[in-house]
Amino acid sequence: MATETGHASAEHPEHQEHPHFLQHHFETPAQQYDASKLGMWVFIATEILMFGGLFVAYLIYHAQEPELFKLAHHALDKKLGALNTVVLLFSSLTAALAVRSAQLGKRNRTSAFLVVTLLCAAAFLVVKYFEYSHKIHAGLLPGRCFGHPGFANCIGDAGLATQPLAVSVQEHGMLLQLPTRANMFFALYFMMTGLHGVHVLVGMSLLTWVLIKNIKGHFSPEYFTHVDLSALYWHLVDLVWIYLFPLLYLVS
Amino acid sequence: MSAVDKPIAGHVDDSHGDPNASYLEAKHGIGPWLYTLDHKRIGLMYLVMISLAFLAGGIFALLVRLELFTRGKTIIDAETYNKFFTLHGAIMVFLFIIPSIPAGLGNFFLPIMVGAKDVAFPRLNMWSFYIYLIGAVISLASIVIGSVDTGWTFYTPYSTTTATAVASMTFGVFVLGFSSILTGLNFIVTVHTMRGPGITWRRLPLFVWGMYSTALIQVLATPVLAITVALLMMERVFGLGIFNPKLGGDPVLFQHFFWFYSHPAVYIMIVPGMAIISEVLATFTRRPIVGYFAGAMSSLSLALLGFLVWGHHMFTAGMSEFSTMLFSALTFLVAIPSGVKVFNWTATLYKGEVWFTTPMLYALSFIFLFSIGGLTGLFLGTLSVDVHLHDTYFVVAHFHYVMMGGTVMGFLAGMFYWWPKMTGKLYNETPAKVGWFLVFVGFNVTFIAQFIMGSRGMPRRYYDYLPQFEPFHKASTIGSWILGLGLIIEAVTLLSSLKNGKKSPPNPWGSAGYEWQTATPPLLFNFKEIPVRTRGPYDYHLATPEDLYDGFPEGEPHGD
Repeated sequence: MATETGHASAEHPEHQEHPHFLQHHFETPAQQYDASKLGMWVFIATEILMFGGLFVAYLIYHAQEPELFKLAHHALDKKLGALNTVVLLFSSLTAALAVRSAQLGKRNRTSAFLVVTLLCAAAFLVVKYFEYSHKIHAGLLPGRCFGHPGFANCIGDAGLATQPLAVSVQEHGMLLQLPTRANMFFALYFMMTGLHGVHVLVGMSLLTWVLIKNIKGHFSPEYFTHVDLSALYWHLVDLVWIYLFPLLYLVS
Repeated sequence: MSAVDKPIAGHVDDSHGDPNASYLEAKHGIGPWLYTLDHKRIGLMYLVMISLAFLAGGIFALLVRLELFTRGKTIIDAETYNKFFTLHGAIMVFLFIIPSIPAGLGNFFLPIMVGAKDVAFPRLNMWSFYIYLIGAVISLASIVIGSVDTGWTFYTPYSTTTATAVASMTFGVFVLGFSSILTGLNFIVTVHTMRGPGITWRRLPLFVWGMYSTALIQVLATPVLAITVALLMMERVFGLGIFNPKLGGDPVLFQHFFWFYSHPAVYIMIVPGMAIISEVLATFTRRPIVGYFAGAMSSLSLALLGFLVWGHHMFTAGMSEFSTMLFSALTFLVAIPSGVKVFNWTATLYKGEVWFTTPMLYALSFIFLFSIGGLTGLFLGTLSVDVHLHDTYFVVAHFHYVMMGGTVMGFLAGMFYWWPKMTGKLYNETPAKVGWFLVFVGFNVTFIAQFIMGSRGMPRRYYDYLPQFEPFHKASTIGSWILGLGLIIEAVTLLSSLKNGKKSPPNPWGSAGYEWQTATPPLLFNFKEIPVRTRGPYDYHLATPEDLYDGFPEGEPHGD
């Protein structure tokens, strides 16, 4: 995390104006807050650049084979994708409300909003779990595994050698015949949603840590940097999904 | 408010340190070094590791050159040769040159120059160091045990098919990238939010401008490397297919991704070198840098342009004619900010009181060698010429003139320039100058030979060569020995000063720079009181005699 609260061990009586949360190398709380906030924004910039590589790969391969992407995307469950979009958007709202109540010093409400945000994040992952296991079952894991249900052929060279020419998927009651080249769509799908999923997990750890700190009473209207920054990070996680959903689930 | 009487919170290790003692003496023992949050100690630990990496990379360079001394096998077989040049390239790029100036010297001096007690996130700074160590161990183990032989660029499809430990090697690079990002993030935030009173953007030392520009590149380019090597790892583990034409992928995409990082990374390497040269030149000419603001802006424009020219590494890899033209034209634009810098420096020398110390000699070498490196870059940016020179020793010589003739000269200039400030000891000028002479001569002998044989068609990375290239390879190898000897002399000079060197006064060069207006070695929190700056770092006409006092008896500068 960007900031670590001071241990407040040496509270000199003659320096009461020096708040306990101010680290020694900052002059004022405002400077410390600005630094932390800018640090998080810069970090978010690095995250966007990292996802940017995958978005560029998507753009290129989609431009090369638009019809194939359109065909392959029918294998994804739009309803579950839409459900997850709503869940994440709602969690962003509760994260923002958590920051607001932290600013107002309402500790219990902050905790409540953080818990709701965490529950949404967990719900998102549960939905994702069902989606993933369905795909894995259908043999849509990319690369060596493609066309082979489960993980059996993922390691070693057997997978590629015995890859079927087409993969059949049952989705929405219709039977999809996907050529092996459709592997690219699922390679991108699993890389993008997988990396996003890792970010959901990191976000959840951050929010849990902040929740614990909040329950212990570390925050006040003067000092709520952690709540603010972890919510900022959570909005990034949400934002990435907002782009992933139409790109992967709503190809046209 | 003074630094001394503040309650010290957050600094677990330093909380019992004496803020009036130097950073070297504030706490004793090995523990406080290992978990220190002090940017100076972290910078110093980085310098130690970086120097070891430089030594290791240098040994492999010498071995590669020795193998090429004669045609056919000289000392090692072809496969070992492949591993050795991979080791040389990967160690020099990822473990030495990228962190060298920013994480080492930058960490030490940036907070002092901006008038802060530390970087904005000291804990991240410590993590950055340990992440660097972990990444170094992973990548070195992969090359040594897993015998990676791809060269440092990991081009697909070779890197996805070779039976060596590419996956763990790239994981090491992934980890090293995080270390680099954390350093960059710290510097950006420090420069924006921690500048002391009176240090406006136009009073920032050019070293800080350079570090800031570098940090921008680190933060924006490195994540793309992270995702690239992540994809490469997936490609190797699961045969993902993104770079595999059999599965609809494209190996050239890897090159695009790789150079989208690795070209900006060239500026992560060279901009810090330039930043040091500006500091050294101002001090040893006793003049403000001519065109200060243009110099600062040229660092930023290099950072920006660096992102737009990656395609020039791939003119022969398969791109549309339109793209190659575009990348070629953009590449030529890089000459503008580079030219601004060279003119700034040469104009600063004009009518300056030039004082030929070791750091100054390195700075002058930098201008000379970087100009050659930069101008030969224009040859390579020209499409028709590049088709012939691509993947020849001309390219090898070109980037060594920039990386070694530029960055390493800058690094050495910085090491000698700031050595007294960092260690509190004066080094001995005479052997240092002898070392410089050997480095300069050895470097040119090594790489001028490579320019010539490259222009005659000698391909890079080849284990064997035709008879007509033999004299050039011999000259180049002999040059590498001279260069190696020079560097050993420099290392011995610096290290022996730790034991035998005279104690340095606070400002032995009589510089007006901010960092020299502090105790030597600097105090635990850099200053007794955060100073209020009323002049720029190069304003010799505004500096008081006290600011410029070198601490030596009259007529005896630097104890000569």
